[in-house]
Amino acid sequence: MEKKTPLYDLHLELGGKIVPFGGYLLPVQYETGVIKEHMAVRTACGLFDVSHMGEILIKGPDALSNLQRFLTNDFTNFEVGRVRYSPICNEEGGIVDDLIVYKFAEDEYFLVPNAANKDKDFAWFQQHATGDVEILDLSDKYAQLALQGPKAKEIISKLTDESLLPTKYYSFVRDLTVAGVPCLVSRTGYTGELGYELYCAPDQVAGLMKALLEAGREEGLIPCGLGARDTLRLEAGMPLYGHEMSDDITPFEAGLDMFVKMDKDDFIGKQALKEKTPPTRIRVGMVLTDRGIAREGSLVYHGGKEVGITTSGTLLPYTNKASAMALLDPNVSEAGTEVEIDVRGRRLKAQIVPLPFYKRS
Amino acid sequence: MNIPKNLKYCATHEWILVEGDTATIGITDFAQKELGDLVFINLPNVDDEVAVDEAFADVESVKAVSDIISPINGVIYEVNEALLDAPEMINEDAYGAWIVKVKDVTGLENLLDADQYADLIKEG
Repeated sequence: MEKKTPLYDLHLELGGKIVPFGGYLLPVQYETGVIKEHMAVRTACGLFDVSHMGEILIKGPDALSNLQRFLTNDFTNFEVGRVRYSPICNEEGGIVDDLIVYKFAEDEYFLVPNAANKDKDFAWFQQHATGDVEILDLSDKYAQLALQGPKAKEIISKLTDESLLPTKYYSFVRDLTVAGVPCLVSRTGYTGELGYELYCAPDQVAGLMKALLEAGREEGLIPCGLGARDTLRLEAGMPLYGHEMSDDITPFEAGLDMFVKMDKDDFIGKQALKEKTPPTRIRVGMVLTDRGIAREGSLVYHGGKEVGITTSGTLLPYTNKASAMALLDPNVSEAGTEVEIDVRGRRLKAQIVPLPFYKRS
Repeated sequence: MNIPKNLKYCATHEWILVEGDTATIGITDFAQKELGDLVFINLPNVDDEVAVDEAFADVESVKAVSDIISPINGVIYEVNEALLDAPEMINEDAYGAWIVKVKDVTGLENLLDADQYADLIKEG
């Protein structure tokens, strides 16, 4: 049985087309459609319901030492008020999940994992926790909105004290009042654009969403669904759990090397990752040069030999190019390499390109 | 929902305009709405044969690919190649943006009329 987010009724009112995702009923798109929603985020602003994301609090005297062991990134040089991304690895070096971590205090960290992995992560943390630490699943206590696009600051500033907004990328402020609603606001997102993510109490999020949509009307703000969230992250070259990451894919294979600190003290999966270096497959971007669209799960060939498989793909609305990400043999992963993708029985030509497909100017 | 009375339909959401032993085929307004923004179409060739319940083309939206199923038997004599560069024409005008024209048409027995098709999509 899928859960409804507190915005379910508002999505219906706004013309949202509802689909199940990660255990929740969420809009895949609204009346405007995926392409217009995608373009709104690139050129103006879009508003997403991301209340399905999990929220896990880790606190206590041993919070940091547990975090250091659970996650591959380093949190010893991490200040209060900042946000940091990290994979979680299993003993074999595969990715359990990826998440962002908010540092509330020296002994208190707020983690935001993927909706579909939240229960798995929570169980994993509890199973591997040591010392004096408390781990709480707060997912039902928070709703979350993502306001993304070049006009995001202009729009949110109409509803809050602009001088209090977080300025640095991957920083946050707590207890900021937006449209009368107490929020945690971070400069984060999953679209490749400037933007904010706002966490608030579930019973206040519908009012907040309406106020934001109203405030942003002139700037071209529209509500956006999961469809655009996926095409935006793909265009921005960001991996998605279940596609470019899984229990069997290591962070090195997924191209997440900069979030794995092999020189820090022991963490779960470190030994396996040491043994699995260098990786035998690596995440790459590809643009199709033949007409057609490659999606997830298509085999990739080079010189007649199978060299990997696509993990995500579609026609990217802003670059207007059929593009895909794939896990490929590192020997053919260099930009410019010509490959062929089997798309339902047809071999389509494609070229390896550097990621991301799109970078904000 | 836009369901013109002069057309016939099938349960896989194609429309067909029969004129003598030729026919024009496209996808319905309901279908384009369900699929969302179309970004690519794979078209067959002139002289290809089509057969009842068999796929002869496919359309791709941002999210997925969907087969287009022939409601009838026949031989394609014209293909709407303008759709290759502008598949969104189907979103804009599903009944204007025909996909193929077919001659030597047979197998018309099981087509739905507009009212039957309206009932079908109502039942969902």
